[in-house]
Amino acid sequence: MSQAASADPPAADVRVQTPAIEARSLSLFYGSFRALKDVDVAVPRREITALIGPSGCGKSTLLRVFNRMNDLVRGVRIEGSVLVDGRDIYRPDADLIALRKRVGMVFQRPNPFPISVFQNVAYGPAIHGMASNAELEEAVERNLRATGLWDDLKDRLRVPALSLPPEQQQRLCLSRLLAVEPDVLLMDEPCSTLDPIATARIEELLFELKKNYTIVIVTHNMQQAARVSSRAGFMLLGDLVEFGATEGLFTNPRDQRTQDYITGRFG
Amino acid sequence: MRRHLETAEDELKERLLVMGGLAEEMIRAAVEGLRDRKEAPLRTVHENEETVNRLHIEVDDRCLKLIALHQPTAADLRLILAASKINSDLERIGDQAVNIAENAAVLLGQPPLERKLLDLPRMADLAKAMLKDSLVAFVRKDVELARSVIARDDAEDRLKSEAFHELMQIMQSDASTIQRALGLILIARNLERIADHATNVAEDVIFMVLGRDIRHRAEGSPQGS
Repeated sequence: MSQAASADPPAADVRVQTPAIEARSLSLFYGSFRALKDVDVAVPRREITALIGPSGCGKSTLLRVFNRMNDLVRGVRIEGSVLVDGRDIYRPDADLIALRKRVGMVFQRPNPFPISVFQNVAYGPAIHGMASNAELEEAVERNLRATGLWDDLKDRLRVPALSLPPEQQQRLCLSRLLAVEPDVLLMDEPCSTLDPIATARIEELLFELKKNYTIVIVTHNMQQAARVSSRAGFMLLGDLVEFGATEGLFTNPRDQRTQDYITGRFG
Repeated sequence: MRRHLETAEDELKERLLVMGGLAEEMIRAAVEGLRDRKEAPLRTVHENEETVNRLHIEVDDRCLKLIALHQPTAADLRLILAASKINSDLERIGDQAVNIAENAAVLLGQPPLERKLLDLPRMADLAKAMLKDSLVAFVRKDVELARSVIARDDAEDRLKSEAFHELMQIMQSDASTIQRALGLILIARNLERIADHATNVAEDVIFMVLGRDIRHRAEGSPQGS
């Protein structure tokens, strides 16, 4: 297991039996505005879970709860609990750095550091104490391979990351994230700035990554949610209206509001 | 890049091939029971029918989910629509084989006709070959093979008409043969229907590959082009 586990080691049997992430009666307030309402959800391990819903429904807020990114927003308050590997991440003594290392995030716009390809991927391992060049080189190669970038970039590791096309930048951001050995990848509209071909390639990459990682993806693109996920949740006005197997949600949703949304009747 | 959808499509094709193989075996066993006057092969027909029915539901479910989850277009969409229709045809071929087995079971309790089974075994061989080739055409996207299946349907129709004619004559000349001859007429009809279903499969293959619907018209006519 990675260094992430040593920061907050769960018992082995707990990891097998418990969901990767669990929210219980979770409400989140931005000041007096209640952005999440009593959300209960269990994110299964090593599957792709998608959150869909119209703008402002709370899906990105819920995603950011999972690694406490909302802490950065002034006036945020939560009720209920959020468990990662069975442990409450909002408990007073929770280690935020360890949490964000274990539960990493990829954003809508690729945001590589304005340094070289190599340095982007080596950055995480280096600040977490990986010192030798040989180790860093190995880490860079492994994580560029994991996102399908190695063959394209192995001879251009010193070029500025910002000179890459958008899809490669997004893959690089994923490589950078994988280099700190997370368990969970949170993705907030990771393909929304990419063209359809690049999107399809990233989706195929997700299928590869789910063998080793738990992935939660927020997307406006319902078709993408349907294609890539095995679990899906529909959110509306802060409620998690429906959550379950993607096949069921897209062929026979239980809630009329889900049906209306996925058939394009509103949203 | 191999798409996730293509893997799912390959699995779909594989299930249809399994179903087709079972349907072919059901025809073979039903006709074997009839020809050799044995009950054991007839029982296997019923056993295989349960599996075919289960696959029928499974394939429909796969098609439904592929459409709902992948929103297929163009060749992907045509493949999944074709698979759904082929699925129905294979299930009905299975039903026809069961009908043959049931009629055969009744005939086993009676002495054979003097003319035995006429050309029915030949009809069965022709129908089985049409079924097999239609599925090979489906998997290989082989339009020429699909066309050859369609062309063979006339021969099956002709054999059925001849069998009907001969069996009518037998009944007219000896009323004691009526029940047995009627049984054989029904079986000839079942075999001819199997060939029709194989023809439907072949037509679906042509639609899948070329995007051209050739049903209910001559393929070369202006409407068909």
